[in-house]
Formats: sequence, C-alpha cells, structure tokens
Amino acid sequence: MKIFKLIFKNAMRHKLRTTLTIVGISIAVIAFGLLRTVVTIWDSAVDAAGADRLVTRQAVSFIFPLPLSYKAKIESVPGVKIVGGAVWFGGTYKDKNNFFARSAAEDNFFELYPEFLISQSDYEKYMKERNGCILGKSTAEQYKLKVGDIVVIDGDIFPGRWEFVVSAIYQPRNKNTDATQMIFHFDYLNERIKQETPIRGDQVFWYIVKIDNPNNSAKISEQIDALFKNSTAETKTETEKAFTQGFVAASGAIISAMNFMSYAIIGIIMLVLANTMVMSARERTREYAVFKTLGFSAFHLTGLILGESLLISGIGAGIGISLLYPIVAGFEQAIPKGFFPFFFIEPITVVLAAGSAILIGFLAAVFPIHKALNTKIVDGFRFVG
Amino acid sequence: MSAIIQVKNVSKSYWRNSLEIPVLHDLSLDVEEGEFLALMGPSGSGKTTLLNLIAGIDRPSRGELNVAGTDIAKLNESGLAKWRSASVGFVFQFYNLIPVLTAYENVELPLLLTKLSKAERKKHVETTLSIVGLGDRMHHYPKQLSGGQEQRVAIARAIVTDPVILVADEPTGDLDKVSAQEILTLMERLNKEFKKTIVMVTHDPHAAGKASRLLHLEKGDLV
Repeated sequence: MKIFKLIFKNAMRHKLRTTLTIVGISIAVIAFGLLRTVVTIWDSAVDAAGADRLVTRQAVSFIFPLPLSYKAKIESVPGVKIVGGAVWFGGTYKDKNNFFARSAAEDNFFELYPEFLISQSDYEKYMKERNGCILGKSTAEQYKLKVGDIVVIDGDIFPGRWEFVVSAIYQPRNKNTDATQMIFHFDYLNERIKQETPIRGDQVFWYIVKIDNPNNSAKISEQIDALFKNSTAETKTETEKAFTQGFVAASGAIISAMNFMSYAIIGIIMLVLANTMVMSARERTREYAVFKTLGFSAFHLTGLILGESLLISGIGAGIGISLLYPIVAGFEQAIPKGFFPFFFIEPITVVLAAGSAILIGFLAAVFPIHKALNTKIVDGFRFVG
Repeated sequence: MSAIIQVKNVSKSYWRNSLEIPVLHDLSLDVEEGEFLALMGPSGSGKTTLLNLIAGIDRPSRGELNVAGTDIAKLNESGLAKWRSASVGFVFQFYNLIPVLTAYENVELPLLLTKLSKAERKKHVETTLSIVGLGDRMHHYPKQLSGGQEQRVAIARAIVTDPVILVADEPTGDLDKVSAQEILTLMERLNKEFKKTIVMVTHDPHAAGKASRLLHLEKGDLV
C-alpha cells in the first residue's frame, strides 16, 4: 500500500459527501470559467485595438458627426501616417436579432486595419463595385453569404432600403480579431445622403488615425484636438483602445459585477472544500493520534491531509474544466449571433480555474493540518467526535 | 537481566486553566528486559499516564525516563516519533484500526516508515498476521472482523516492526471473556516465545494474573 492509496481511500470514506463536494467544485469551476470567458472576451476586444491607431471623434459624443474637411487638417499633423473616416451605419438585416457591425469607411480602411486580411484581387474587385461590401468570415458563414450575393439593409440612422453586393470576405488575422464586420464604401453612403438629406452630407462619425510611433499618441492627440479648438465641432482624440473601452463603457458595470462574481465563486469553492476537510479532519482526530503514535511525522500527516484536499479539488477542477468546453460551445449557440465578435475559452481562463482549484486545495487544508499537528497524541485519544 | 525501562523520580502534572493537577508523584520504576508487567489501580490513579510516558506519547513534567537505551525525555517531537516507530508497539483498548484499510493494510502501516521493499513488507505482514492467527482474514476490513479479531490485528500492527517493548492499555477491556482469553494467551506467547517486554495496564485481575509482575498505582504513587 502506498500513501496515495490511503489518501484516495480517505477521500472516498464518505462517498456522498465527497461526491457532493466534487460536484460543487465542478459547478463552481464551470461558473467561474463561463464568467471569466465573457469577461476576457470583452477585455480582449479592447486589447485587440491597435496601439498605433488613434480615433478622433466629436468631443461631446461619437454620435455627433465631424466634417469631412477635418481629414486634411489631421493628415497635416506631424507623426500622422494615414487618416480614414468611418460612419456607424446601423440598420437591420432581415431581422432585428441579426446583429453585426455595419460601417461605411473610406477606401483606405484595409490599410488602417491590416489584421483584416483581404487579397489584392478581392480588394480591387471591391473598389470596382460602387455598392460593394466586404464581410467578415464569421458573418458570411453565419448568414451563408458568399461573394456576389445581395445584402439588403433596412436603414434606421440612414433611412431607406440599402442594397449591397458582397465583393469579398475578409479573414481575421488573429483569434481575437473581429470577424463579424461589414464594411462598405463611404462614397456610396455619402452620395445618396447628399441627395436625400444634403445637410448630413460630407460627414463622418470618427476618424481612424494611424501614427508612426505609439509612444507619441498623447502628443499627437493633443495636436489634433488643438486644431479644432473653439470650432463648432471640437474633437476628442484618444487611442483606439480607450475609444473601444468607451464604446463598451455602458456594459462596464455588468462586466465589473461579473468579474466580482467570478472571484466570489472561488471563495464559495473554498468554503465548500474547507467545510469537507474540517469535518473529515475532526472525525479523524483519533486516527491522527494513532498515526502519530505509530511514528508518522508532521510531514506525513500534512501530506495525508493536503493530498486529500488536493485530490478532491483536483478531481472537481478536472471535471469542471472538461465540461467547460462543451458548455461554452453551447452558450455560444444560445446567445444572439454577433453579440460577441468571437467567443472562445482563453488559455488564461483554464490556467486561472486550475490554479484557483489548486490554491483552494492548499488553503482548505491549512486549518485541518494545523489542528492535526497541534493536537497532542493523548488529547487525540481522548477526543470524542 | 538489565532494566530496559528506567523511570527515575518522574512526576507528571496536567494544567487546567491555571490549576495544576498532579497525576504522578516522584515515581521510580525499573522494568527488566523480557518482563511482563501489569499495572493496576483505580481510575485516575495515573496508570495510563505512566504507560503513555514509557511509550513516549507524553512527556514527564520532571524526572528521567530511559527506555530501550534512550533518554526519551530529551528527544524532540520528530526524534520521539522515530524512536516510537522503531522501539515501541502499542495496543489500545478500542483497537484504533483505520476503518478504510484492510487487516493487511493496517498491519502494513508502520512498515511504510521503513525502507523495506513491497515484497519484504508483504512477507513481514503475512508472517505477523499468521502469528496472531489471522492469516485467513488479511483482506477483511475492521468492520468485517469481531472485536477479538480486531484486537489481534492491532497486536499484529504493534509487533510487525519487531519492537523491543509492547505497551497495552486495557487490551481486553472491550472484549468478551473468550476473546479476552485469546488476547491474553497471545500476549503471553509474545512475551515467552518472542521475548517481548510487555507493560500492560488493566482493571482485570485475571488479565493481571498472566503478568510476571504486578504493580498497583494509587493517586500517582506505586503502592
């Protein structure tokens, strides 16, 4: 018999209690993993923002437009490499639940976003089609759209029926690159708007500004904003990361709550396991006295108790992490399409879940070990549980 | 014969809050090698305390305690644990077997602290269980054994490392007459045939009659 066998037999002494503890840990690990997945996906959307890109928008809010004439002035700022305007188009594709980002962008958009991969031939094709659009791979797959298909959008910010031809489908460069967007020519939008509501013509919602050195972002932002000081449309320039954070700021409280909950769950797991370990250690007070009497040292007793705690937390974490993958896949199917640009379990989530389980295994064993080691043998034999 | 256990002017007190409760008073005792000593006395007389001191599971408040050639009062906890595993076997009134382990595994426990191989451990355990007459019950769990059989497993566990001294705290106290007789016969055999020095605490005059020497304790003094 090896010590590990004894640890295993001890852990399985109260099968129902151990099983319930393992189930509790598994459920907590799944809940933790799911919450962390949502939080990390949200964060990685922000992290995916380019360090060398700034966004210039109306100082009051990005829902107010900026004149197209600003572009040339921004381009004149030292350190600015490329400037491109963009407009949030909104609208509805067939059904209101069919959400994916739809933007009109100037034709240098793919120079500004090299993480959206598109071939030269596809780009040239797009440039030739006045009402052409480029779809992200995920959106194209989700709605079974292919090159040449017609996409009809029912406009809301820009009312009317808008017809587009799918010119190309872009591929995401990285796992956390948004592959759900629809991009079309700003000129197509601008020409029609100028005809229908001239007052809204030659305007963009924001400028994407590519700079030569990310370290100069603060200085360049100040210079850009200084250009439009005291104008009718003052600007606010910030890094794309800050802009994206602001975009999701409304969800910030929910994310913070989820963040808090995910760590609260860790605390709950610890209490569940600690309760089991304290009960087990209390019941075995006499046995620990026997072990000590037989010559087992503090090291051995620590190993027995810690081993049992780690075994239970490890099995719980293993089951939880194994089930997390299919559950996250199921969750992705259940949530509205396009709600998250991507949805996958980050390796850090698995590391955190497994690491927390191990840490909890250690912490839950601290009190029982302390008690077992500090109870005198004679007191252990007198103990009546 | 030489004294394998030397107790010199040993006193032991317990503290309850700030109140000192004396249990043993300046007690001296020698036990010769190969002796079978029975300790009797009323409850609270200090016999179990004396046994615990000899076995190294408690420490004297004052005095010297030399057991199997070691001044055990001077050993630290770790040293005392090592000494116990090599020198003393214990038999308890309530057997104190580990319920999730079989008879074989219970007896094997003390051998896990040695450097014996698995095959050597197996040989030792099987031999010892045969000595106590449980060769056919090796893979039974404690709950599948009678009280007498459990106590025999406990004795096997106590002697499997071949300690020089065996201490027993009321080993027949929880057994029926027949089982008690079997245990006493076994202890006699261990003393006579295997030359084990035995110190036994008992309330039972019949059990005490099996010993080669009988001592009475009363209020912490030998009388």
